[in-house]
Amino acid sequence: MLTVESVSWSVNATRILDEVTCRAPAGSFVGLVGPNGSGKTSLLRLIAGIVRPDRGRVLLAGAAVAGMSRRGAARRMAMLAQHAETDLDLLVRDVVLLGRTPHRRSRWADDRDDREAVTAALDRVDLAGFGRRRWHTLSGGERQRVQLARAFAQQPELLLLDEPTNHLDIGHQLRLLHYVHRSGITTVAALHDLNLAAMFCDSLVVLAAGRVAVTGPAAEVLTAALLRDVFDVDAAVTPHPATGRPTITFRSPTT
Amino acid sequence: MPRDATVTVGLAGALVLSVAVTVTIGPADLSLGTVWTVIGDHLGLTSAGVPLLRDHIVWQLRLPRVLGAAAVGAGLAVAGAVMQTVTRNPLADPYLLGLSSGASLGAVLVIVAGLGAGVGALAGGAFLGALAAFALVIGVASRQATLTPTRTVLAGVAVAQLCAAVTSFVIIWVNEPHATQSITFWLSGSLARVDWTALTYAGPALAAVLAVVLAHARALNAFAFGEEAAATLGIAVTRVRWTLLVAVSLLTAALVAVSGAIGFVGLILPHAARFLTGADHRRLLPVAALSGAVFLVWVDTAARALFDPRELPAGVLTAMIGVPAFVILLRRREVRG
Repeated sequence: MLTVESVSWSVNATRILDEVTCRAPAGSFVGLVGPNGSGKTSLLRLIAGIVRPDRGRVLLAGAAVAGMSRRGAARRMAMLAQHAETDLDLLVRDVVLLGRTPHRRSRWADDRDDREAVTAALDRVDLAGFGRRRWHTLSGGERQRVQLARAFAQQPELLLLDEPTNHLDIGHQLRLLHYVHRSGITTVAALHDLNLAAMFCDSLVVLAAGRVAVTGPAAEVLTAALLRDVFDVDAAVTPHPATGRPTITFRSPTT
Repeated sequence: MPRDATVTVGLAGALVLSVAVTVTIGPADLSLGTVWTVIGDHLGLTSAGVPLLRDHIVWQLRLPRVLGAAAVGAGLAVAGAVMQTVTRNPLADPYLLGLSSGASLGAVLVIVAGLGAGVGALAGGAFLGALAAFALVIGVASRQATLTPTRTVLAGVAVAQLCAAVTSFVIIWVNEPHATQSITFWLSGSLARVDWTALTYAGPALAAVLAVVLAHARALNAFAFGEEAAATLGIAVTRVRWTLLVAVSLLTAALVAVSGAIGFVGLILPHAARFLTGADHRRLLPVAALSGAVFLVWVDTAARALFDPRELPAGVLTAMIGVPAFVILLRRREVRG
């Protein structure tokens, strides 16, 4: 259970987040949507404890993130960025093993827990047997799945995803979010694709200019009026014929 | 794991063997037996008694020089590996932050100021010069107490240029032949001046920094995908980066004071070691240290033996080997994208 209480954050006197309050009940999948520059990434970094809010606080199962050590926070929260790049020639197994960094008991050796967590994590993203593959030989979609396996190997109680499906083909987008959803781990994900958000999220937090515009279940939040107000787009929202979840179709700007 | 252990153990054996063989190579024709009798005598293992001149050649000239080459090679390779990871720049090397030009300037100033031309005074000047350049780079690069790799590297380039210019200015101004000779030594890098005194500084510095760096091997791995990723893996990024940057800079300053700026070892050897072990620093760092030691021991031996009676500064030879290796490295990177 994650609670964000009236969090404000500024950079050089520019208010990035303004009195943001939201929550993610245990086991839920919360989508963070909003236009570019609305503060989605900043909110995720504040939740992760990478930056500290000027006011307000972030609580994870009742404990203030501000009071956690870096290592303590990393044992409870894992982050998946939109794009992971490295110059190093790493094996897939090495990448997933990074997720064990905050759990290490030894400064040097990997113990059995580490190795088992790596195998299990690769299994969960359907990449069993990919351990000895080289990172640089993987496609963008496979790389992002490996990064998700790394996050699983961290064994977090909260997953933070920052536009994790950017640059991926539709098959990989759906599959990645499916793995996240299936894991049952409490998740807060910044998503650009509103149809993906409607498909997977239990509730949505809509950010506009650093404030929470509206929050609630996707079916209540995603309306033609909101899309016009917040995103400045002309769209029709209809229930999906099979699932009943909202489905959004857009029209090209007329002016 | 067995394969990595094989590489490490094999390199350790190669280092011992290289030291044993290279101390027998030189203008004075000494057999392996003579050399080891001298060393055995000094270690108190034997008491055969070797003529004083031969004893002097082995114990005072060759052995400290070979051990010095091993220490400098190991230290530069480890410093390069750490610099490349911490700055996320595969072309970073131990002299990146102006350390070598600061050392030259420090040594020249010692000569010009008449503080003495002894090896100790020069090494002290070089060490202080390297540290001053490092402090200046950090001062120029940091803004609001934060330090980004890019800004640090750019500041390093600027400070290096400044130190080089001031050095040239001082040399021309005082018109002192000894200073000119000295700067040549520091710029090209040579192990000709290594003695036991130098080793008593460089050895402990190397051991201490190796211990610090190896203790951070896992933390270094976490930098693979950048600093923010490292932070979300539980690494105190700022503390780790500063600890390691200061540690390897102190080590580099100590090594430059001993040997001058020997280039390309710290740039190329970490890449060669990664080729053998992969990017995991727990395997990479020991292999980088050992291969750097073996490499420089042989390069220095070639530098003093191949061109007999002349001697080439080791730094000239490392550059001759290093530049083609550098070109190959660049081309491989282009292929990968």
